[in-house]
This record gives sequence, C-alpha cells and structure tokens, in this order.
Amino acid sequence: MDVGSLLSVSLYEGLVFGLLTIGVYLTFRVLAFPDLGVDGTFPLGGAIAAVLIVAGANPFLATLAAFGSGLGAGLITGLLNTKLRISALLSGILMMVALYSVNLRIMGGGNVPLLRDVTSFDLVAQILGVRGGMALSIAFVLLVVAIFVTGLNWFLRTEIGLSLRATGDNEQMVRGLGASTDRNVLIGCAISNGLVALAGALVAQNQGFSDVGMGIGMIVMGLAAVIIGEGVFRPRRITTILLACLGGTFLYRLFINVALRLGMAPGDLKLITAILVVVVLAIPFIRKKIRGEWMPPAARM
Amino acid sequence: MKTGEARKPGILQLRGVRKVFARGTIDEVKALDGIDLVVYERDFITIIGSNGAGKSTLLNIVAGVYPPERGGRVVIGGVNVTNLKEYKRAAYVGRVWQQPEAGTARNLSIEENLSLALLRGQSRGLKLAINRQRRQLFREALAVLGLGLEDRLNTPVGTLSGGQRQALALVMATISRPTILLLDEHIATLDPKTAQTVLQLSDMIIEREKMTAIMVTHNMEIALSYGNRLIMMHKGRIIVDIGEKDKKTLSVADLVTAFGRAAGEQFNDDSILLSDS
Repeated sequence: MDVGSLLSVSLYEGLVFGLLTIGVYLTFRVLAFPDLGVDGTFPLGGAIAAVLIVAGANPFLATLAAFGSGLGAGLITGLLNTKLRISALLSGILMMVALYSVNLRIMGGGNVPLLRDVTSFDLVAQILGVRGGMALSIAFVLLVVAIFVTGLNWFLRTEIGLSLRATGDNEQMVRGLGASTDRNVLIGCAISNGLVALAGALVAQNQGFSDVGMGIGMIVMGLAAVIIGEGVFRPRRITTILLACLGGTFLYRLFINVALRLGMAPGDLKLITAILVVVVLAIPFIRKKIRGEWMPPAARM
Repeated sequence: MKTGEARKPGILQLRGVRKVFARGTIDEVKALDGIDLVVYERDFITIIGSNGAGKSTLLNIVAGVYPPERGGRVVIGGVNVTNLKEYKRAAYVGRVWQQPEAGTARNLSIEENLSLALLRGQSRGLKLAINRQRRQLFREALAVLGLGLEDRLNTPVGTLSGGQRQALALVMATISRPTILLLDEHIATLDPKTAQTVLQLSDMIIEREKMTAIMVTHNMEIALSYGNRLIMMHKGRIIVDIGEKDKKTLSVADLVTAFGRAAGEQFNDDSILLSDS
C-alpha cells in the first residue's frame, strides 16, 4: 500500500465511520447521554440492509431502511431512560445486548454475504457506467455524508434543534424555558442511532457482507474520533463541530491504517484504540497531578 | 399588616400550600406549612427568612419544579396550574437562580441562549432559531444592561463572568414577558460590587417591563430598599407581610423586632443580619 492508497482508504473510512462518530457525538456530548447501544445498532444497520438487498430490494431503499431501523432502536433506548427511568448507561447496554439476538434473528445466522448481490456501490457504478473502485466508493459515501450532515447541521440550528443542544448543557434551564427534555432526548437518541445504523449499512455493502460481530468496539472508536476531532480542530460552532467529527474519524483511521502497515496485528487494534482513549481522557488528570493540584473524587455516573 | 384590600384579583394565588420532604422518615421536613399568598399585578415582593424557612421551596412550587401536597392550589393569571408540569407552565414563570450557571447554557452562544429564552412556553418548530429580526431584538434587550454584551452575540456563555452570566440570565428570564418573575437569591454568589449592579439591573428591568416579581434574599437592607412589599418566612410559614407604606418607614431593627414578635422567639440568625450580599 503506497501513501496514496493509505490516504484514500483512510478518507473513505473517515467519511463512512464519520457518520457513526457524529452519532456518538450527539449522544455523548450534545445530550450528555452515554449511549453504548452503538455496538448493537451498527450491525443492526448492516443486517437490515444486507437482508433486504439479498431479498431483492433496491439497495438505496435498503440503506434508508437501515437508517430507519437505527432511528427506531435509538427511540427505544431513549424511552427506556425517559419513561422507565433506567439510567442512560444501562439503557444503552440493555439495547446492545438485546440487539445481538435481534441481529442474529434478522440475518438468520451470524453472517450474510453480499458478494453476488447488487449493493448501493454497485448500483452507483452501473448508473454512472463506470467500474467500481475506491474513487467511486469515496464519491458515493461523500454524497451520503454531505446529505445527512447538511440536514443535521440545519436541524441543529432550528428551534427544536437548539433546545436539543441545550438539553445536555443545562437540562433544568431547558425545562424552565418550557421545552420537554424527554422529547429532546428521544429525538437525539433516534437520530444518533439512525446515523450509526446508516454507517453499518454502508460498511456492510462495501465490504460485501454483514456480520453480527462487526459492531464490537464501535462505541470506543466513535469516542476516540470525537476526542481527536475536538482536540485537533477545537471547533466552537455546530457546523465546525460536525466537520471536526469527520476530521477526527479520518485522523483516527489514518492512525490505525499506519499501525496496520507497520505490522500491527489486526486483532490488537481494539486494545490500541482503548489505550488511546484512556490516555487522552487521563491527560487532564495527569497534568493536574504533575502540578500537584487538587482533584475531585472520581465520578461514577 | 395586610396589603391589597380592594385591588383587582391576584395574578398569583397560593391557597393552603404545604410541602413535606422525606415524609415518614426521621428526616421529615415540613418545608411549607400552610401558605396563603396573593400576589397582585406589578407587585415586587422581597422575601426574607433564615435557612430552611421555605423560601426556595415556595419558588419551586410556583415554578412547578414539584407540586404542593394534596389540597394546595396554585393559580397564575387565573389558570389553575397546581398540577401542571414545570415545562408546561414556563410561559407564566421566568426565573433567575442563585448560580449563574443554572440560568444559562454554557456551550451555547449568547444569541442561542436568548433564542431559547425568547420561545419560553411556545411550541418550538423547524424554523431556524436565529434570524436577523431576532438578532436585532437580542441586541436591543442586551443594550439595556449597558455591559456591552450586545456586541458579543456569538460569544459562548461559558466564557462570560458570573455577573455577566447572571445579567444575561435576567434578560433571558424576562425577554418573553412571563406573568411572574422569580429571583431566587440571584445575587448571593456574586461579589458585592457585581451583586449591586445585577440588583440594580433587576430593579430597572422590572420597572421598565412593568413586571410582577418575587425576589428571595438573605439581606434585610436589600429586602427593605427594593420592591413594594416585604414578606418574612419562618419554618414554612409567612409570619410578616408588609406593604409599601409601612416598608418605607421600617428599619432593619424594626424588622428584627417584628420577626421576634411574629415567630415568638429570639431572632438569632447572624447569617441574615451580617450577610452583605
């Protein structure tokens, strides 16, 4: 792999996983709702898209359906928290566990191959009359990302979107101003998981199969990308924040791809990612420790 | 000492309002023990009382943070809101909290905060939250403060000082003209000079917008020199309710005497007498 292909692979992955990162950003940062259901919704999107495509559905519609399934899954996570008062963390974990069984049921097994079927990527190539390849994959994913990010960027600046963004910031104030924070959490969780499932659907189609295990560690990857994006680009306004999520994902994937090229075993990557997140999260603590400043006791929730 | 005879019906009425916390445990607290209060239009009431007197609980009941015990009634502007959830009665109640962080969203800009506040109690739709017309409105509302915030609409609120944030919270609480404004020890955490500024701004805005307001304070001087009516609370009850005429001639010493008489015990809460915020 030369530098060009290293960059183009990272660019493709940065875009497609960037959707997931934006989803993680929405829950973790915007809603202050640590939704771990991502590990279940990502393969859910892949499963829905794969099964529908194998059944002969239009791959574009199958991809949209995957987005819809993510909306539904996120809605359930939000309902567990807002209506049944189950903690955000546990709501997400419950969904992640439940979705594992659901995904197996949907696929009728652990894996659905798509190698002989026409995926969205194949269809775009057919329509344009070109051969598929990395350039085409990047172009198509870029189009999808542009559509969804533009829509989200608009939505988050509307009246509803603004009250959603304030919900994670100051829930008491939002209620005091007459907006339902429960509703905001539901909308936010739905959109977040919708984007994650969309990413899963695209990844499954591009790699030529959907697998029940493809979601493992996605939440940590999303978090790592959010943290890198925030740290490197220091975005302030919502538009730049969304772009920083994409940029952070690109840098993360580039880092991973370089590590792979240097001979790292693929199986070690999740450990590397986890260590990366730990290090970044611990930096403020270590800094204070060195300066001898006082630190509050560890938070549990 | 009752005020309000032969005036129009109250804009806020509390009838038989009680609130008990941790009922049935050894920590049981009667935070409010039978409150009857009528607030008239354009009243500016200052509420004073020691810690645990029930001042904040009273404001929370008005704002709908929690409902009163069964049998109590809260009526605002003729509407029975007793069991209306907090976010559903937002249109009636604007509030500034003790902590400047409580009334503003730190990650959002000044104009985004104001836009949220402008739509207090209204249904929020898919219109862009900020447009040129609203921005103009925000500039005008902020210019009144004289703090230069009108030129910093895009500044994240988290970077403002406590006083600036509290002044912004004040504008946010009043910009949509709620029926009643609640000031919950809103200057208690500010340094004396800033506290004075925010207090004067509050008074000015209440006067200018012809608002009905309730201000909780720890400071007797402030309770006496602002507003047209003074209420003193003790152990969940209103023990003193003084109107404008009496209030003007009253001194802090008179207030302490009045407290002693009404509460039937020696006044010994230094925190009230000595507090300078």
